[in-house]
Amino acid sequence: MLKVKNLHASVDGKEILRGIDFEVKAGEVHAIMGPNGSGKSTFASVLAGNEKFEVTAGEVEYEGENLLEMSIEERARKGIFLGFQYPVEIPGVSMANFMKLAVAERRKAQGLEPLTAGQMLKYMREKAAVVELDAKLMNRAVNEGFSGGEKKKNEIFQMAMLEPRLSLLDETDSGLDIDALRIVATGVNRLRSESNATVLITHYQRLLDYIVPDFVHVLYKGRIIYSGGKELALKLEKEGYDWLINDYKE
Amino acid sequence: MSEQDKILNDITSKEYEYGFVTDIETHTLPKGLNEDIVRQISALKEEPEWMLEYRLDAYRKWLTMPLPEWAHLRIPPIDFQDVIYFAAPKKGPDKSSMDEVDPKLRETFDKLGIPLEEQMALAGVAVDAVMDSVSVKTTFRETLAEKGIIFCSMSEAIREYPDLVRKYLGSVVPVSDNFYSALNAAVFSDGSFCYIPKGVRCPMELSTYFRINAAGTGQFERTLIVADEGAYVSYLEGCTAPMRDENQLHAAVVEIVVEKDAEVKYSTVQNWYPGDAEGKGGIYNFVTKRGICRGDNARLSWTQVETGSAITWKYPSCILKGDNTVGEFYSVALTNNFQQADTGTKMIHIGKNSRSRIVSKGISAGRSENSYRGLVKVMPGAEGARNYSQCDSLLIGDKCGAHTFPYIDCRNTSAVVEHEATTSKISDDQLFYCNQRGIGTEEAVGLIVNGYAKEVLAKLPMEFAVEAQKLLSISLEGSVG
Repeated sequence: MLKVKNLHASVDGKEILRGIDFEVKAGEVHAIMGPNGSGKSTFASVLAGNEKFEVTAGEVEYEGENLLEMSIEERARKGIFLGFQYPVEIPGVSMANFMKLAVAERRKAQGLEPLTAGQMLKYMREKAAVVELDAKLMNRAVNEGFSGGEKKKNEIFQMAMLEPRLSLLDETDSGLDIDALRIVATGVNRLRSESNATVLITHYQRLLDYIVPDFVHVLYKGRIIYSGGKELALKLEKEGYDWLINDYKE
Repeated sequence: MSEQDKILNDITSKEYEYGFVTDIETHTLPKGLNEDIVRQISALKEEPEWMLEYRLDAYRKWLTMPLPEWAHLRIPPIDFQDVIYFAAPKKGPDKSSMDEVDPKLRETFDKLGIPLEEQMALAGVAVDAVMDSVSVKTTFRETLAEKGIIFCSMSEAIREYPDLVRKYLGSVVPVSDNFYSALNAAVFSDGSFCYIPKGVRCPMELSTYFRINAAGTGQFERTLIVADEGAYVSYLEGCTAPMRDENQLHAAVVEIVVEKDAEVKYSTVQNWYPGDAEGKGGIYNFVTKRGICRGDNARLSWTQVETGSAITWKYPSCILKGDNTVGEFYSVALTNNFQQADTGTKMIHIGKNSRSRIVSKGISAGRSENSYRGLVKVMPGAEGARNYSQCDSLLIGDKCGAHTFPYIDCRNTSAVVEHEATTSKISDDQLFYCNQRGIGTEEAVGLIVNGYAKEVLAKLPMEFAVEAQKLLSISLEGSVG
C-alpha cells in the first residue's frame, strides 16, 4: 500500500528526515516510536503533504502511484487520513457542515453520490457513537471549546466518517486520561480491517496495550534505526532508547 | 511564487459575474453639474416647485462644502463636472403592467436573478428595481396598498404623497449633513419610498435592486422609509453594476424614521463592481445612511454585507432618541485586490435606557485596505444607556491592511459602553487541516470566512443569507497565499 524509499525532508533548510525506508501493507498496524525531536510528526506531516516541509530526496509510492506529486486534498480523497496531534479550531464552522463537505469529497473520489441530509445525520450519529462522542458536538464549531479528550475523540470520529485506507495517527494518545485512551483505542480497533492500514505515532507503550501493532519501528534523527515486533515496545518501555541510540550518536 | 500564491492568483482572477452591459437606449443629460442641470432633472421628473427649491438649496450648499477627507482612504481626485447626473432607459417607465416594461430591462433583472414578478411572488418579496436614474418597476403595490402600505419609487411618492415626503425628507439626513448628502439632495433621480402606517406589520419583505448600466453616469438614489407607531418592516437592498474601466460614482442617501413601538430592519448586500485585479475601474460608493428611533421602544437594525465597490465610504447610523430604543449594526465588509473600505456606524444615545449593539467583521485580502470606523455617543440625558461593540478583523495574505477606529464619547456616568476587538488570520494550519480532510483550498477559505461572518449572516433574511454566503466565497477566490 505504502512504500517509502530514502525519504529526505527539511524545514527552513534544516534537514529533519534523513533517509527513511518504510513499507506498509494492507491490514497491518505499525507503531513508530522514538525520542522527542526525532522526526516522527514530520514524517506523518510529509506523508499527508504539508507544504511546510520540503521533500529533498526519495520516493513515496501509495497504491502504485507517486504520492509526492499529489496535492494534500488529493491524498486525503484517496484515503490518507492524518489524525492531528494538535487538532485545529475553525470558529463558526459547524462540525456537521465540515464533515458534510469532507465526506462528499471522499465519496466523490470513490465514485459515490453525496449522502442526503437524512443519511448524513444518521451516519454521523452512528460514527459518533463509536468513539462515545456527544452528538451535540456536531452543532458546535470545529474543535472550538472542545476539551483535550474531545478533540482527540473528534479526530477518530472523523477517521470513522472518512473510512480511510491509510490512517496516520500522530500522538493520538498524548494528553488522554485512561478512560479516553481506552475509548480512542476501541474506536481505532473497530475500524481495523484487512483492506486498510494504520500507522501509530506514539511516545508511550501504553497505547500499544490497547492497539496491538504488527510492527514497531524506532525513528531517531530522521532515520528508522530499528524495527521489530510488538515485543520491541515493551523492551523500549523498560530499557529506554539508550541501548539503540548509542551507536548513532554523532 | 509558492504553490499557494499561484492558487491565490488563479482564483482572484475570477470574473465579476454581473459585469455585463444592457444594450438599451438611454436618455441622458449632458455631463456636468450646474443650476440648469438641477432644474432639468426636476423638470424631467415633473416635480412640484417645493422639490425644485429643495434641490437648488442643496446644490448651493454643496458648492460651499468641502470633500470629507478624514477617512482612511486614498481617493483619486474626482471631477464632478465629468459625471452624467441623469440617465434613464428611454422607454418611459410607465409601470402599470409588467408588459409595458421594456423586455431588455426585464432581461437585465432576470439575468441578475431578480425576476420582477413570478419568483419574487413565490418568495413573497415586493421589489422596486432602479436602473441608472429611474425606477423600472415596483411589484405588489396593490397587495400592499390594501394594508395601507405605500411602496413606490421616490419620483412617484413626490407626485402622489407630497405631504408625507415633505414631512420626512431630509429630517434624518439634512441637506447640509455632508458633501455627498448635499450632492445627492441636489441631483437624486429616484429611489424607493416606503410608508408603513400605524400598527401595520408589513406582510412581506420589501426590496430594492439598484443597477448602474449607462457609462460615465453617477447614480444618486434616495430612499426614505417611515414606520409609523407600532409598525414593522424588513427591507432589503441589492446593488450591481457592469464592469467598466473608468470609475463610476454612486452617492446614495437612505433615511429611516422609526416611530414609537415600531421596528425597521434594513439589510444590504452591496456588490457594485469592485474594479479588476489591478485596481482599474470600479464604483466609488459614498453613501449616507441614517435612521432615527424617534419614539419610545422603537428599534432599528442595519445589516450589511459589503463585497463590492472600489471605494466604500459608508456609516449606517442610529439616532436613539426615544426611551428604551434599540439600535443595531451588523456588518461584514470584505475587500480584495485593490479595494478600499472605510465603513462602520454611529450610535447616538439620547433616550433613557437606549441600547445599541455593533458587530463588525472586516475581511481583507489581496492588497486591500479595510477600516472600521465607529462612534458611540451617549448624551447627558441618556440614563442607563448601554452599548456593546465587537469589531473583528480577518487578514488573508500579508499585503492587505485592517484598521479599527472606534470613538466613544460618553457624557452620562450611568451608561455602560463595551468594546471588544480581535484581529486574526486564516492560518496555514487551518488550511492544512481542511485540505487533509479532502476540502480544497478555495472551498476551505470560503468555509472559514463564512464561519467567521456567521453571526452577521444569520441576521439576514433567509434567501439573502444564502446569496451572501456565495458572494463571500466568490469575492475571495484567489485570495489565499
